[in-house]
Amino acid sequence: MPALERPAARPRPVYLNLLAIRLPLPAFVSILHRVSGALLFLVGIPLSLWTVQRALVSADAWAQLRVMVTHPFGKLVLIVLAWAYLHHFLAGLRHLLMDMHIGVNLQAGRQSAAVVLVISLVLTLGVVIRLW
Amino acid sequence: MVTGNRVPVGAHYGWRDWLSQRITAVVMAVYTTIIFGMLLWYGGLDYAVWLAAFRYEPFRIATFIFMIALLWHAWVGVRNIAMDYIKPVAVRLALQCVVIIALVGYAGWTINVLWGRGA
Repeated sequence: MPALERPAARPRPVYLNLLAIRLPLPAFVSILHRVSGALLFLVGIPLSLWTVQRALVSADAWAQLRVMVTHPFGKLVLIVLAWAYLHHFLAGLRHLLMDMHIGVNLQAGRQSAAVVLVISLVLTLGVVIRLW
Repeated sequence: MVTGNRVPVGAHYGWRDWLSQRITAVVMAVYTTIIFGMLLWYGGLDYAVWLAAFRYEPFRIATFIFMIALLWHAWVGVRNIAMDYIKPVAVRLALQCVVIIALVGYAGWTINVLWGRGA
């Protein structure tokens, strides 16, 4: 019976030009949640462990670390990781609220995505100001 | 007796990962809020206070719990990323092994920092 046969696989349109895709705001926050998480895993965890260990060695080592943070590269690393932590933290809280069925409609989702994006950037700016 | 439309293969259908991701997130959020709240309240940190904190056993234990939550959370997250983007099973499995080894190593490193020599 031909009607029961699987239809031949039709070529489906695949459109994955990452430079041309316009992500809605919640999707943008979502991919940043992933990027920031990966960054925290790859750099954040080992660097934090190393820093805490160094900072406990002696007052001299502590002072050395403070000098490292005055270097532009040190500042850059710290700022990027601060943003990653803040964004991941706030985007995570947003997920937890949504798990409790708070703010799950489209408009609330868009608004909370904007709030996460803006507050994490503002707090990161606070870190930048503090470093200079 | 099979009544649902799921095949009972003993899989957890991801609920365990889903739940542990959230529980560890809450643990980390509480720790982070308390620590940064105290930092802001006291307006910074000098070496003496830093050293005293790491000699204070309740802080060490709280930090250890935070780190275990972090490493567990990282495992679930990295595994999700790997499952989404790395399709060849052998490559994914090898990478996941490396990640597990790294995370267990970080746990050991954490213990060393918190309770090791000189700390």
